[in-house]
Amino acid sequence: MTLTERILQGDRLALARLLSELEDQSTQGAETLGDLYPHTGKAHLIGITGAPGTGKSTLVNRLVKRFRSNTPLNSSPAPSVAVIAVDPSSPFSGGAILGDRIRMRDLAGDAGVFIRSMASRGKLGGLASTTGAFTMAFDAAGFDLVLIETVGAGQAEVDIASSAHTTVVIDAPGLGDDVQANKAGILEIADIMVVNKFDLPGAERALRTLEMAMHLAQPGPSTLPAGWEIPVLATVATTGEGIDNLAQAIMNHRRFLKESGGWGAREQIRVETQLRQDLASFLLGDFMDRLVEGRFDTLVKAVVDRQLAPLAALEALLRDGDQ
Amino acid sequence: MTKKIRVLMAKPGLDGHDRGAMVVARALRDAGMEVIYTGLRQTPEMVAESALQEDVDVVGLSILSGAHMALVPRVLELLREQGQERVVVLVGGIIPDDDVPQLLELGVVATFGPGTSTDEIVRAIREATGTHDSD
Repeated sequence: MTLTERILQGDRLALARLLSELEDQSTQGAETLGDLYPHTGKAHLIGITGAPGTGKSTLVNRLVKRFRSNTPLNSSPAPSVAVIAVDPSSPFSGGAILGDRIRMRDLAGDAGVFIRSMASRGKLGGLASTTGAFTMAFDAAGFDLVLIETVGAGQAEVDIASSAHTTVVIDAPGLGDDVQANKAGILEIADIMVVNKFDLPGAERALRTLEMAMHLAQPGPSTLPAGWEIPVLATVATTGEGIDNLAQAIMNHRRFLKESGGWGAREQIRVETQLRQDLASFLLGDFMDRLVEGRFDTLVKAVVDRQLAPLAALEALLRDGDQ
Repeated sequence: MTKKIRVLMAKPGLDGHDRGAMVVARALRDAGMEVIYTGLRQTPEMVAESALQEDVDVVGLSILSGAHMALVPRVLELLREQGQERVVVLVGGIIPDDDVPQLLELGVVATFGPGTSTDEIVRAIREATGTHDSD
């Protein structure tokens, strides 16, 4: 049986193998994903992002448990859930410690859940360059929900917004004043805003500040038809408080996307962004392959030594690449 | 793109000391490996399930409780059952010399006691996975 057939039949080891092939960008991985592609398009992709330490993993743990419980949200039976948890790679050694599973131990033993940790492998923006491929693999394997937990994000790690249908931004009390809440970047990508650790001092204030900021926002981000009001929710992930509301808000957003045509708009952005990214990485790789060995390093050294301006180095590279 | 070595670091059983496991995890990270750290009090079933989902090359078990002769064979058995016999299993912690031969016979590739240098562990992993280069 081929890898594709095994995955379509729900073989978890085969799926795990495919994810590794995709991560290592092997030919077999690309071919298998190509075969699986017609089976994608059903999963709801949900991004979970926020600053380090705001409680993303703990919240994901609770949320998945909530989705998997029998009390009906919108769908019964309970949806199957895949989790992609991205953590940063070391810029020096290229290694990584992926620790998101520590907070997700409640999900062990549930055959309807599949958790995969992922190192960012040098990609900036909050995701790894192959996270999109992972979502497609899980989608084809029949998972109803795919939760993507980003690297602990700063202000500009906003790639998740173009990779998911629904983006949940997690904040916690004490992380900044109301100017932070009105800056550009991560808060602009929220479809749902959460103040986690709501049992800590300053939580009410954080909630009010964010409500104000969301209220000032233009009605509906440009990527979405009008009519979605960004909810600002309070949660305590460690106790489970507020998780019902969050799960419900995610389901509401899905319904809104489906009914308003926003789903298709998001799909288009996702595919377009992915194609641009793949093109850029292919062109860079192809260009570097055509350079004479050592040429790039020589030019870097010339710039460091102030013998060449950075833009002159670029021009020299482009001249070389043309030949 | 170069293939990364993926290692699952787990603490099965009931002892609550994970400083050693953390030191090793950190050393493996610095050697360019991707370490999935699962935390304390894992059952053998949880270890095997994580190893499957993460498709790791290596499982490192840290056991200080003395329960290794119960925990390790069970982990090996579960890995085999799910078709992951190729996974390299290493055990670190307090393992009496008398127990080592039996663990090796069961399929453990190496054991590491107190005082082992992290370099030694990195080397053992590279050898066992057939990747001698630094990354």
